[in-house]
Amino acid sequence: MATYNLTTPLTDEDIVQLKAGDVVNLTGTIYTARDAAHKKLIEALDKGEELPFELEGSVIYYVGPAPAPPGAAIGSAGPTTSGRMDAYAPRLHSLGVKASIGKGKRSQEVRDALQQYKGVYFGATGGAGALLSQRITDSEVIAYDELGPEAIRKLTVQDFPLLVVNDAHGAEQYAKPNYEL
Amino acid sequence: MKSIKAQDLHDAVRDMIMDACRILPDDVYGALQRALDEEESESAKEVLAQLIENADLARNTQLALCQDTGVAVFFVDYGEDVTIEGGNLEQVLNDAMVEAYDKGYLRKSMCDPLTRKNTGDNTPAVIHSHVVPGDSLKVKFMAKGGGSENMSRIAMLKPAQGWEGIKDFVVRTMAEAGPNPCPPTVVGVGIGGTFDLAPTLAKQALFRPLGERNTDPRVAAMEEELLAAVNDLGIGPMGLGGKTTSLDVKVEMHPCHIASMPVAVNVQCHSSRTKEVVL
Repeated sequence: MATYNLTTPLTDEDIVQLKAGDVVNLTGTIYTARDAAHKKLIEALDKGEELPFELEGSVIYYVGPAPAPPGAAIGSAGPTTSGRMDAYAPRLHSLGVKASIGKGKRSQEVRDALQQYKGVYFGATGGAGALLSQRITDSEVIAYDELGPEAIRKLTVQDFPLLVVNDAHGAEQYAKPNYEL
Repeated sequence: MKSIKAQDLHDAVRDMIMDACRILPDDVYGALQRALDEEESESAKEVLAQLIENADLARNTQLALCQDTGVAVFFVDYGEDVTIEGGNLEQVLNDAMVEAYDKGYLRKSMCDPLTRKNTGDNTPAVIHSHVVPGDSLKVKFMAKGGGSENMSRIAMLKPAQGWEGIKDFVVRTMAEAGPNPCPPTVVGVGIGGTFDLAPTLAKQALFRPLGERNTDPRVAAMEEELLAAVNDLGIGPMGLGGKTTSLDVKVEMHPCHIASMPVAVNVQCHSSRTKEVVL
């Protein structure tokens, strides 16, 4: 288990060194998108329209933050359940997205895409939204303002604490439950 | 007959909601601390330490504990000798909720199920009210997050499946949920009643303080057995492995039809945000 300090945009070299269980402190720019925003991104791709941010090397944070209290860059901002974005993630990885941040399990299709396109899935601590917001120094809505908490935001993060859950080599960090499913 | 001013109810409910979304209840905070003492794996300890630090930070700032400030769920015990002066219960609760979510910088999460268009003010609240004897009005509030709610399940078991069938369904539900509902969870279980009552019992169960057992010794024993079985899954905090998959399991039971055995599991995340006010 190693600790890495990485800066966005992420490269293939950044990604392939990471192993499930490693800790990453991420600095730079990340983009928020959750259910409704993903649907719009995919519709835009289908229509051949330009996307609101550059996908190459990008990191997508599955989050719908709470409104910012006075003096804060952002409100509480912890990860949402990633599985809901599984339908969209492989296509976005194929177009250059390097990592997503969320909580919970990913589908086999997403795990395959991480291997094929050199990507990782990071876990952040679910429910620690107040704590995580302290590592976000700037927040700006850049698309789909009408979606409210689901709008796409450009976030500036400093040492955002992440755990590699699924790496680009097929490994996963989650414990297998002692139950035959 | 006791008269309660609508404005007094509004103000009490608004303040309760803002506190509930920022201040982790003492029983939950204590349970996280005990879990931290008992865990051995580094990742489990790290997650629990972060959750405690998060609770301390939220308590001392205007930040919500979690960005998902949930569906506003109310359970109301409405004394039959009470009148609300200048408003009706449903309207007052919704108005107070709107003000709390706005003033408290809480996320509005309610939307149309098909168009997914946000209602913009977190309305409507989900309100369960019961008329009870007496002249007091008790309003219980829960900020119910979506990630954990999504992992909740109901089963119409066969009576022959008995306790073993119930236990298997609860454990299977939590095994399938895995890391998704932000473990360590709190698990509400409703056994009996009807297809609609069982999940309501399961949700009601989530209001009971952690560590407090059902007053029926038979049900209390079921809670202990289920808690041990869920923790034996080894899912651990955030699914990274460990002893603490759930902080507690709460069971509420109700008689049911001779042909039926409804069982509902309502999954709650570690941020088990509930609060009540009595007027």
